[in-house]
Amino acid sequence: MTNHKKLIIIGGGPAGLSAAVSAYESGVSADDILVLERDSEAGGILNQCIHAGFGLHRFGEELSGPEYAGRYIKMAEERGIHVTTNAMALSVSKDKAVTFVSPETGYTAVTADAVILAMGCRERTRGALNIPGTRPSGVYTAGCAQRYINIEGFMPGKKVVILGSGDIGLIMARRMTLEGAEVKCVCEIMPYSGGLRRNIVQCLDDFGIPLKLSHTVTEVHGKERVTGVTIAAVDEANGRRPIPGTEEYIECDTLLLSVGLIPENELTRGAGIQLDRMTNGASVNQFRETEAEGIYSCGNVLHVHDLVDFVSEEAAIAGENAAKKILGKTEECVKKLEVKTGNGVRYTVPERLDLTAHPENLRIFFRVTDIIKKVQLIVETESGEVLVKKAKSAVAPGEMESLEISAEKLCALLDSGDSYVKVYINEMGGDNK
Amino acid sequence: MIYDVLIIGAGCTGVMTARLLSEYNCSVAVADMASDVAAGATAANSAIVHAGYDAKSGTLKAKLNVRGNRLMKELAAQLGVELKNVGSHVIGFGDSDLVHLKELYKRGVDNGVERLEIISGDKLREMEPNVSAEATASLWAPTAAITCPYGITIAAAENAATNGVHFYLNFKVTDASSAGDVHYVTDGVNTIAAKYVVNCAGVHSVEVAKILGENDFPISITPRRGEYMILDKSCGDIAHSTLFVCPSSRGKGILVSPTVDGNIIVGPNAYPISDGDDKSTTAPGLNEISEGARRIMPSINLRNVITSFAGVRPTPDIYDFYIKHSEQLKNVIHAVGVESPGFAASPATGEYLVSLLEEAGLKLEKKDNYIPTRRADGNHKQWNRLTDEEKAEACKLNSAYGKIICRCETVTEGDILDALTSPIPAVTVDMMKKRLRAGMGRCQGGFCSPRVADIIAQHTGKSLDEVTKNGGGSWLVVPREGGIK
Repeated sequence: MTNHKKLIIIGGGPAGLSAAVSAYESGVSADDILVLERDSEAGGILNQCIHAGFGLHRFGEELSGPEYAGRYIKMAEERGIHVTTNAMALSVSKDKAVTFVSPETGYTAVTADAVILAMGCRERTRGALNIPGTRPSGVYTAGCAQRYINIEGFMPGKKVVILGSGDIGLIMARRMTLEGAEVKCVCEIMPYSGGLRRNIVQCLDDFGIPLKLSHTVTEVHGKERVTGVTIAAVDEANGRRPIPGTEEYIECDTLLLSVGLIPENELTRGAGIQLDRMTNGASVNQFRETEAEGIYSCGNVLHVHDLVDFVSEEAAIAGENAAKKILGKTEECVKKLEVKTGNGVRYTVPERLDLTAHPENLRIFFRVTDIIKKVQLIVETESGEVLVKKAKSAVAPGEMESLEISAEKLCALLDSGDSYVKVYINEMGGDNK
Repeated sequence: MIYDVLIIGAGCTGVMTARLLSEYNCSVAVADMASDVAAGATAANSAIVHAGYDAKSGTLKAKLNVRGNRLMKELAAQLGVELKNVGSHVIGFGDSDLVHLKELYKRGVDNGVERLEIISGDKLREMEPNVSAEATASLWAPTAAITCPYGITIAAAENAATNGVHFYLNFKVTDASSAGDVHYVTDGVNTIAAKYVVNCAGVHSVEVAKILGENDFPISITPRRGEYMILDKSCGDIAHSTLFVCPSSRGKGILVSPTVDGNIIVGPNAYPISDGDDKSTTAPGLNEISEGARRIMPSINLRNVITSFAGVRPTPDIYDFYIKHSEQLKNVIHAVGVESPGFAASPATGEYLVSLLEEAGLKLEKKDNYIPTRRADGNHKQWNRLTDEEKAEACKLNSAYGKIICRCETVTEGDILDALTSPIPAVTVDMMKKRLRAGMGRCQGGFCSPRVADIIAQHTGKSLDEVTKNGGGSWLVVPREGGIK
């Protein structure tokens, strides 16, 4: 094994595969790309997402997770890109040295001209929520339960309460029901679901599973296995604390948690790259390059996406720009602009724009802070010039928004004195929520 | 067979005793109701090797704590278990606390604790910059240490098993009888016969004493529950030593301490409960320890909590440990009410119990072939604790060390297979977790627990639906009808 590669991609899921394909298309030869995948197969978490709904944007058809992954695995294979499986990256440094271990290669150190971080995310756990009670078996994250059912072929329980109405929780409510379990309810601490609207309809409403908004689990019962949970309504006005007197005991043998995803950035942090406190991912420019030159980040490790299609799209940007860097085709940055969040916007990606003398169209992705009806989404310059404006009938934190800024507008910014652009929403009134 | 000695309870006290006995030519059995050794208070405490200034001078507790502190360090070195001499501060806020710190200082000196020192609040903050600006003084005890209490107990149990001690897990003592010089102790299915019985049953020790035949046992126990939280390793450097506050009547008070694995532990409170096996946490309890932690360290970020748990300590109705020959039963010894600093004391408590056994007539003759390590081939080091060169070498010799199963804690398939073939095979998900930390990291087993369960199933010839979290009814997946293999 040579110990230098032009490009190392950490992660062989949808982000890593798309980045690899895109880097190849941009001129990096397959032999110069090392893709490290910690699982025994490429495809990432898609392999256990056997439900449909993937690929509508990217391929214009509805695919299952393994099918979507399969498309990209095939694209990589056709280009001769090899994914090293069972290979776990252990460290990354700012000067692009990577160590990893795998049964085939053993413990290995490699350097690279560019590194793309595509490690994905993990699920938040019971511990992070600090749910009191006992610690029996039967408390699973939704993804863990999904693996038991879809990969191992076993049911993790029969009577289920789900906490959190994120997409995985919703999908698992349906999956468990279809496999014969009784899903008693889905509790959501927020006054709205964090999942996609289509999933609420198709996974809960169609099966008559109650969604209890502004409710949480306050205690887990059972010594060996879960025997029940206590749920309670929360007070929106009082830090979403449980309201005394609203407690309800629900008998169940399983508690599934779908309470958020956290970008898996231990390697990023280990490299000394600062994380954005809102995304829990690295802060990047429009090329998805982090503060460390030649280290890129994309997919759920950068920020949690709701659709894999957008992961692929983002990773393609990282792959293309890593290739340009490797091939010496990058242009010098002539103007730096910060992307600020304004009213109603929780975060943006990218967080900064490094404009060259010949900027291209670019898209700013962002999430809103609340469900709001009748809005305008706006990108404005420091001096108050509106770069883009888009009207929408409603926005929700569970659905990512984006706005494209044209090359022409960016060109005009080059000579301005502006140091930032701001993304915000205008609330046009009407009955909210 | 008739064992020379049966130890009831495989917590730190029982295991340390068994380990010492395994140096001699005598047959020893250890029985525990749990599916693993170190499952009770040993698994859930502050993970501190207390220096020994806390217990009142002249008590057995004080004596065993101070000696245990020294022996624990030797034992950790011998068994290759990590122990860090981080020291501890007892932090005082104001003049009345200073009076108390001086008392503790004097007590410590009387107990034989070395290098104790009372330092100013400023000196304290020089050593621990995150400590509250309101702290005015501290009792600094450099001999206090941190280690993993269940880790070292498991290591000692493996060492004992390697030297012939038999462990009976999932053995809940329900009845006992004796005939001649032999005691017969049963769990209703199997019976263990032994000439001497040592009761180290922790929170259940009074129950066990009664089952063994004690009438009017002189001690009673109140289970006292303490809740804890663990913070992510990313904030592991907020404290460099164990930070106590001045003690109250309800235990040593809430502490903030680094753990030997690089996390931060916060807790405990202390409340009497009726069910000694009730290890549940409560919302008010977790709030209480959060507030206690903020008092020591106002800047502590409790959003970094990765898990919480509770431990139950056997608090006796007397001040001291009760470690004595039975007044009624021949060749029965009780170790009852061994609460904090029971873990720190345990290597010395083991010595003391061995001396009581000898007093009762047990013949102690050293073995020629005693193995001082966890396994016959030495102390096995986990892959992620090796140097880079050793890691590479291990992968070359066995590719299973190149396959990471637990990502957060970098546990390899090789490590899991080692634990499965260890002297006390790890056959549940929690046993793996306690030995290797698989599932103890940030994702709390979300990724690795199905994979760990799978490897256990494959290796033990079971189906996944037969693997449990920690024995008994702690099933992981719904059993398939007909028990498909």
